[in-house]
Amino acid sequence: MCSNAIANDENEEKGRKINKPLDANSLICAGPQYKTVKNLLLWNVSFIDIVMISSPMGILGLPFLTRNRDFSAKVYATEAAARIGQLMMEDLVSMHKEFRQFYGPAESDVPQWMKWDELELLPLELRQIIYGTDGTEFGGWMPLYSAADVKTCMLKVESLKYAEEACYNGTLIIKAISSGLEIGSCNWSITGPKGSIAYISSSVFSSTTAMGFDYKGLQGSDVILYSDLSSCNAPDKFDDDNNFSGAAGNNFSNLSDDDITSAMLLSVDEYLEEMEKLDFICSCSVDSIKAGGSVLIPIGRLGIILQLLERFALDLASENMKVPIFVISSVAEELMAYTDIIPEWLCRQLQDRLYSGQPLFSHVDMLKDGRLHLFPAIHSLKLLGSIVGQLVDADVEGVDTSLALLPFKPMAMKVLQCSFLSGMPQHIGPLENSFPFGYYSKNQTLHIPYTKEYSEFDIAVDLACRLQYTTLKQNDMDIARLKGELVVEQGRYRLLVGNEQASSQTKPVLHFGRLDLKVLQMALQKMGLNTAVEEVRSADGTQTASLVHISEPSKSIIEVTEAQTLITTADENVASLISQAVCSILDCI
Amino acid sequence: MAIECLVLGAGQEVGKSCVVVTINGKRIMFDCGMHMGYKDKRQYPDFDLIPDSCDFTSSLSCIIITHFHLDHIGALPFFTQNRGYSGPIYMTYPTKALAPIMLEDYRKVMVDRRGEKERFSSEDIVECMKKVTAVDLKQTVQVDKDLQIRAYYAGHVLGAAMFYAKVGDAAILYTGDYNMTPDRHLGAAQIDRLQLDLVITESTYATTYRDSKYVREREFLKAVHKCVEDEGKVLIPTFALGRAQELCMLLDDYWERMNLKVPIYFSAGLTIQANLYYKVLINWTSQKVKDTYVTRNAFDFKNVCSFDRSLINAPGPYVLFATPGMIGGGFSLEVFRQWAPCEKNLVTLPGYCLAGTVGHKLMSAKRPTQIRLDEDVQIDVRCEIHQLSFSPHTDAKGIMDLVKFLSPKHVILVHGEKPKMAMLKERIESELAIQCYYPANNETVCISSTHHVEAGASDAFLQSCLCPNFKFSKPNSERDSDLDDSNKRTIVCDDRVAQGILTLEKNQNPKVVGQNEFMEVLGVENHGVKFAHCCPIYLPDSESRDASGRSPSALLRLIFEQLSRAFPGFDLHDCQEQIRIRSFVGSFCSKEKCLHRTDVSLHSRVTHLCCSWSLADEELAWKVLSIIKNLELANAS
Ligand SMILES: [Zn+2]
Ligand SMILES: [Zn+2]
Ligand SMILES: [Zn+2]
Repeated sequence: MCSNAIANDENEEKGRKINKPLDANSLICAGPQYKTVKNLLLWNVSFIDIVMISSPMGILGLPFLTRNRDFSAKVYATEAAARIGQLMMEDLVSMHKEFRQFYGPAESDVPQWMKWDELELLPLELRQIIYGTDGTEFGGWMPLYSAADVKTCMLKVESLKYAEEACYNGTLIIKAISSGLEIGSCNWSITGPKGSIAYISSSVFSSTTAMGFDYKGLQGSDVILYSDLSSCNAPDKFDDDNNFSGAAGNNFSNLSDDDITSAMLLSVDEYLEEMEKLDFICSCSVDSIKAGGSVLIPIGRLGIILQLLERFALDLASENMKVPIFVISSVAEELMAYTDIIPEWLCRQLQDRLYSGQPLFSHVDMLKDGRLHLFPAIHSLKLLGSIVGQLVDADVEGVDTSLALLPFKPMAMKVLQCSFLSGMPQHIGPLENSFPFGYYSKNQTLHIPYTKEYSEFDIAVDLACRLQYTTLKQNDMDIARLKGELVVEQGRYRLLVGNEQASSQTKPVLHFGRLDLKVLQMALQKMGLNTAVEEVRSADGTQTASLVHISEPSKSIIEVTEAQTLITTADENVASLISQAVCSILDCI
Repeated sequence: MAIECLVLGAGQEVGKSCVVVTINGKRIMFDCGMHMGYKDKRQYPDFDLIPDSCDFTSSLSCIIITHFHLDHIGALPFFTQNRGYSGPIYMTYPTKALAPIMLEDYRKVMVDRRGEKERFSSEDIVECMKKVTAVDLKQTVQVDKDLQIRAYYAGHVLGAAMFYAKVGDAAILYTGDYNMTPDRHLGAAQIDRLQLDLVITESTYATTYRDSKYVREREFLKAVHKCVEDEGKVLIPTFALGRAQELCMLLDDYWERMNLKVPIYFSAGLTIQANLYYKVLINWTSQKVKDTYVTRNAFDFKNVCSFDRSLINAPGPYVLFATPGMIGGGFSLEVFRQWAPCEKNLVTLPGYCLAGTVGHKLMSAKRPTQIRLDEDVQIDVRCEIHQLSFSPHTDAKGIMDLVKFLSPKHVILVHGEKPKMAMLKERIESELAIQCYYPANNETVCISSTHHVEAGASDAFLQSCLCPNFKFSKPNSERDSDLDDSNKRTIVCDDRVAQGILTLEKNQNPKVVGQNEFMEVLGVENHGVKFAHCCPIYLPDSESRDASGRSPSALLRLIFEQLSRAFPGFDLHDCQEQIRIRSFVGSFCSKEKCLHRTDVSLHSRVTHLCCSWSLADEELAWKVLSIIKNLELANAS
C-alpha cells in the first residue's frame, strides 16, 4: 500500500546557493520522516470499508491509517503476511528508536528542515524527493508510528489462510490466493451475488521460496484488476508522466489453457533468470571473500534473503570455506524461527523437505553448527574489522543507490545492484486482444458496470413449491407472488419460508394489460348482459374513453380508459359479474 | 436429489474407517482405513461394493483422509497401488508428512514380526503419497467445478481434521476422530456454524463422561516419579506418533519443574525423527505450545535422548519409550520380558488394547501373575502396571455439543460400539430432535438433501427486502403485569417480509423483481379496476321538518358512528367531507348529473353520497353501502 522513503542523511551546514551540487554535506541531518501514499490523508478514512493487504511489505503503511480515530474498516491479510509484516514494522520502529537516540527526540511533528525557508536551500535532487517529481507529495511525509500503533494496528487485522473464505457483511466472499511473489503474498478474489473481481498484483508462477501463483483460484472472475504494472514494457497508450498504475480486464474465465501454458513457459524463463541472479550474487560474494573481503547485504525481500542463505550454505561448503554469516536485525531471531514452521506457505521444493523429514531451510542447520549468527543490533557484535568488501543491494524498489551511498563516499567498496521483480506484466500484452481492457491511473475512480443485471438468489424449495403461478395472456410467461424471509449469508441471498404470523399484509391484487372492448362485450353477453358502446371524445376529437352501457337487469355503466376500468352500478350482483368479465380479460397478480 | 452414504468400515465397530458418500452425483471416500484386529479379508473395507468398482478413478471424485492413524489410512496404499485408484487424494500437511511413517512402521511389523505376506511395499507407500494433495485448515479446495471441500481442526492427533464437503446446495461434515477438549499438545476441535444436511461423527465414547484430564495426568506423573525414585525402570509402550509426543511433553515439563536428572530414552530413531516433524508443524498444536516456539520449541525435548540396546539391563533408573503401543511384539515386548519380573519396575498401558496383545492380557490381570506368550514362553509379571486413562477422543458430552452446535438435518454415527451407539442415537433424536442412524458395515443410508431454486433478483427487490419494517406492540399485560415490570415495555420487532414477483420465462432462469417495478420490467401498464356508485340517501319527511338545517357534516358524523360500530376492527377516517375505509371513499355529491348515479328518483328529500372503491375491497364496500342505505330506516323508526 505504501512505500517509505527515508531521509536520514547528514548535513552539517546549509548551502547558500539555490542549486548547489549534491554531495554528502548537502544531506539533511535529522531524525527520519516517512513518506506514505500522497493522498492517504485526503481520503475520508471512515468511508473505507475494507483494506486488503497483498504482501508483508504491503502492510508497512497500515498503522498510518489505523491510528486515525475514524478508521473502522475491516483489514484482511494472510497469516504469513501479517506476521512477517508485523516483524518488519517492529524492526522499523526499533531502527527509528536508534535514530532518535542519535539525533535526540523530535521537537515537534514538523522538524526544522521541513520549514519552507530551509527547504528552499536544498539541492534540486533532494527537493525532488521531498516534493515528488510533480511537486504534490510534500503532504505525504509524516513521523513514524509507535510500537503501540503497530500493536493496535495488528489487532484490527483479520488473518486468513490461503483460499480461506472470509465473509464480509454477509454479501462478499473474500479469498486470498497465493501470488508467489513473497511468503504470504497474495492476490484477492472477491465474490458477491452480482459478480466477482480478481485483484492481481505482481505474481510469480514458480517461485523459489513462496508458494507459486495460483491462477486457477482466480478463474471465472467477471473483472480482473491488475496492479503493479510499473515495469510493463508496451505502454504506448500511457501518459509520459508515468501515471499509469494498472489495468482492468473482463472475463478471465475465458482464458484458455493455451494462454496459461504460454504464460507458464515465460515463467520458466523468469524462474531461471531469478536463479541466475542469485547465483551471480553468490559467486561475486565468494570472490570477495576469497580476496579477503566481507560482504554486506541489506535485507529486502525475505524470500530473496532466505534463498541467498541457502546458496551461501552450498557455495561456501563446496569451496570448503568457513566464513561466518551474520543476520543483524532486531527481529532476526523471530523471523528465522517463524520461517522454520510455515511449510503451508512455501513452494513445492521446500514442502518436499518437510515430507522427507528435513528442516525447511538450511539456516536451521547453519544456526546449529555456528555457520550463521543472529544479532539484534550492530553494536552487539564486533565484526567490523575489514571495511574493504562488497555491497550487494538485492532490493526490489527503485531506491536511488547513488543517493543512499552518498554519505559514505568516496568508497573503495564494490557495489553490486540486482533487482528482482518478476510477475505478470509481460503476459498482459497478448491478453489485451482477447478481452475488453480498460486502464486506470492514480487518484481516478474507475466505474466498471456489473456484467449481470440480476443478483444470484436462492429460493428455498419448500417455498418454491407453494408458489401459485398465473400464466400471462399477453406475454408467454408465468408469474407468481413471492413472499418469504430474506437472509444474506456466505455471499448469497436466500429466501426462506417466513413466519406466516408475523408477516405483513400481502399487497393488493394488481391488474395489467389491455381491455379489449369487443372481448369485453362478448364476455358480458355470455353472462346475459346486453351492452351498448358509446365513445367519449375530448374537445379536440381524440377518443379519451369508451362507455359500455348496460340497462338490464339494472342500469350500469363501464367506463374504460387505457389505465383503468370504472364500473358504476347500484347492483351488487351485476358489479360482481362485470368485474369477473373484466378480470378474465386482464392479467392479474 | 439425495445423499447416499455407504459405510464400508467403522460401522458399529472401531477399525477400518471408510465411508463412501455420494452427494448430487459426486462420490467421495472419507478415510481408507484398516482393521488391526483381523488378518483375513475383513482387514480392509470391501471396496467392491462401491458402484462401478471396475474403475475407481472415475467412480470416485476424491478420497479424503482425516488423520494418520492406521484405522483411517491403513488401506490407502493398497487401494491406490493394487486396486488402481489414481484420482485426487486430500489430507492435511501434517497427515501427509506423518502418514508414511505410520504406514512404513506398520508394514515392518506385518512383515518382520508377524511374518505375514505384505499387502503393500515401501515403494507402494512412496508412490501412494505422491498422489496426495496437502491442504491447510480452512482452505477451500475446489476439487472440480461442483465439489468443494474444506478442513477444520479436530484435535485428536497432529494434523487431524474434520472435512466439510459441498456439492451444489447439499453439504455434509465428516468428523473423523476428534477431541473437544484441548490436551497438552493439541487444541480442541474448531468448526464454523455450517449449514449441513448430514454430520457423520465418530462415537468411540458414546456414553462416557470424563472429568478433568489433569487429575489423570498427575496420577501418571506420580506413578512414574515414584518408580524412578525407588530406582526402578519405567517402560512406556507407545506408537511412534501422537501419544509418544504428548507423554514426552508431559514428562519433559515435569522433569524440568522437579529438577529430575533420570534419563528419558526413545527406543527407535523413528520417534526422534517424528519429533522433528512435530517441530516444523508446531502451528498445528495448541495455542500455548505455539506461543512459545521462538524461545523454545516444545518439541525440542531437553531431557530426552536416543536409546542404545546395551542399556536394557544397565543399572539405575530410567524411562524408556518403546514401540509398539499394545506390546503386540517388537521392541516393547522384548524389554517387557526382561523387566516384568522385577517389582521395582513400572509399565504403562494405553487406554485401549486390542485382544490378543500382551497389553490386553495385562489390563485384566492381577499382580503378581504369569502371562503365556506362546507354547514355551511364559513371563512372570511382578512389576507395577499403570493404565493411562486419557484419550484423544471426545466424550459423549463433546459429541452432543458438536451436534447441537451444528444442528444438521441428519446424523450418522460410526467408529463406536453398537450398544453405546444405540443409546447415543436415542439421545440425539430425543434431546436434539435430529434424525440419527448407526448403520452396520456395508449398509447404505439415504437421506434427502435440501434444495434451492436458483433465480436472479433485481436490485429494487433486494433493496425493498433489506429495508427494516419495525412494528411496535404492547404485550398483553393482564396477567403478570404486577409481577414483572418489563411487561409494560413496548415490544419492537423488525417484521421484515420479502415480497416480490417471480417471473418465469421459457428457457430462462426465474427472475424476482419488486412489486413496484415489475410492470416496467414486463413492459406492461397497470390497469385499475374500480367501482363507483353515487348512493342516494333518502331523508325522511320528519327529519326534513325538524332538522332541515342538519348539515351534511352532521349526517356524515352519524354515518361514521354507525360504521365504526359495524366495523370495529377497521381504520376509519373521518375527514371533514369524506369517509374512508381502506380504498372505499364516500363524499357528498352535489352534481345534478353525476355519471355514477343510476337511480332516477323523484324524491325531493334526497341527498347523494358519491362512493368509489377498488376491486380488492369489493365485499367490504357493499356492506358499507347497505349500512348507509339502511341508515334512514334506522333513523325513521
Ligand atoms: Zn484416530
Ligand atoms: Zn480412529
Ligand atoms: Zn356522484
